[in-house]
Amino acid sequence: MAAPLVEVIGLRKAFGRHRVLKGIDLSIETGTSVVLFGPNGAGKTTFLRILSTLSRPTSGTVRVAGVDIKNNPEGIRQYLGLVTHAPLLYGDLSAQENLSFYARLYGIDDPERRIHELLERVGLLHRRRDLVRTFSRGMVQRMAIARALLHNPPILLLDEPDTGLDPQAAEMMTDFLREIGGSDRTVLMTTHHLERGLELADRVMILQGGRIVFDKPSGLLSYEELRPTYDEYVGKGVAVA
Amino acid sequence: MRRYFQVAWAVLWKDLRIELRTKDIFTSMAVFAVLALMIFNFAFELRIPDKTVVIPGVLWVAIIFSGVLGLGRAFISEKDRGSMAGLLLAPVDRSAIYLGKMLASLLFILVMEAFLLPLMVIFFNTNFISLPLLLILFLGTLGFAAVGTVFSGLAVNTRTREVLLPVLLFPVMLPVLMAGIRATIGFMEGETLIDMMKWVNLLLFFDIMYLVVAYMTFDFVVEE
Repeated sequence: MAAPLVEVIGLRKAFGRHRVLKGIDLSIETGTSVVLFGPNGAGKTTFLRILSTLSRPTSGTVRVAGVDIKNNPEGIRQYLGLVTHAPLLYGDLSAQENLSFYARLYGIDDPERRIHELLERVGLLHRRRDLVRTFSRGMVQRMAIARALLHNPPILLLDEPDTGLDPQAAEMMTDFLREIGGSDRTVLMTTHHLERGLELADRVMILQGGRIVFDKPSGLLSYEELRPTYDEYVGKGVAVA
Repeated sequence: MRRYFQVAWAVLWKDLRIELRTKDIFTSMAVFAVLALMIFNFAFELRIPDKTVVIPGVLWVAIIFSGVLGLGRAFISEKDRGSMAGLLLAPVDRSAIYLGKMLASLLFILVMEAFLLPLMVIFFNTNFISLPLLLILFLGTLGFAAVGTVFSGLAVNTRTREVLLPVLLFPVMLPVLMAGIRATIGFMEGETLIDMMKWVNLLLFFDIMYLVVAYMTFDFVVEE
């Protein structure tokens, strides 16, 4: 059996006396789409920030492609694309300039071709010379995905990418994420939207109080089953349909 | 190594591009510097017969105080835009990001100085600009930008970031400030570069020390 692409063992994170992650163990195989649900403050963002090397764990081990992230964070970052609710873009640069900048950071060969390809894919090629601050929230989020995919990372981390999107834009993004998920790319996404998350997931997890309290393949779950399960672990009125 | 400098250059290019478009940093630094000059000019005119004796102090105080505004923006603007994580995700040693940011800050402060010096000549009615003085200004500004960029990265994750930056920076900057002012006084009194070498060497020593310490610590400074 092949080693998991992402392996997390006994992961803990505390900010001062406040313990956010209280021991997370999980492994994710190549090509799997995992959706992590949980209420605000459950530790979803902290978890993704540690996986993406933006934050150091207090204790525990995280391995990506068999390499401990503490030993080679620079190398690990080449494997990762991160989309958060903040787009990580510069409003005073055009779409093309933003992607050119990130292409240089990632040392991408033939950046012009790759940028053209991605802007076309996210439907923003016609706006490539416009400043990003003139874009709508949905367009900015599509740009954020293009940025995260620029170096074609095998792992895509998405931290509530649908936050602040209107239903139409959120639906477009779901379609796009389904398309880019593909068979080889491993996706780990957090969201409050149960139905949308379930639609995209191969595997569903619920993070509550710094621990994974539920972990099941999505094929074994319908929305009608997930909703009461979520309410049971987390409480009502937190996630949305 | 080539990748390292490519990333530093990319960060510098990006900051220059944004600044050329917005002029946010230069405007705030230049306005502050002019206001400081005017205040000093009016204050000293009333009290001392020879204003040239205060030029070194006024020059360095104007540079340091207005420069802090620019240094503060180095990382605060990244944090406010939410783009800081984008920089830190780059698959490269993070000191390359420091180098790019530091060079951008250095350039912004040098441009502000190029604007400030002729104004000072007009305000104080004496031409004190010389090549050795420009060398001293460059070395002092390099040390200022080197240490200021690290502290800007450190302060950005705190609640009192605007206050914290000068509080951290000014005590550490004292040796550079002292050497800069001493050398400026010397050049204005007609001393040669050879006479002032001890101050030049002191500036060089602190510049190198700040750059090395910044290179070694930046990764820890910006990480949670």
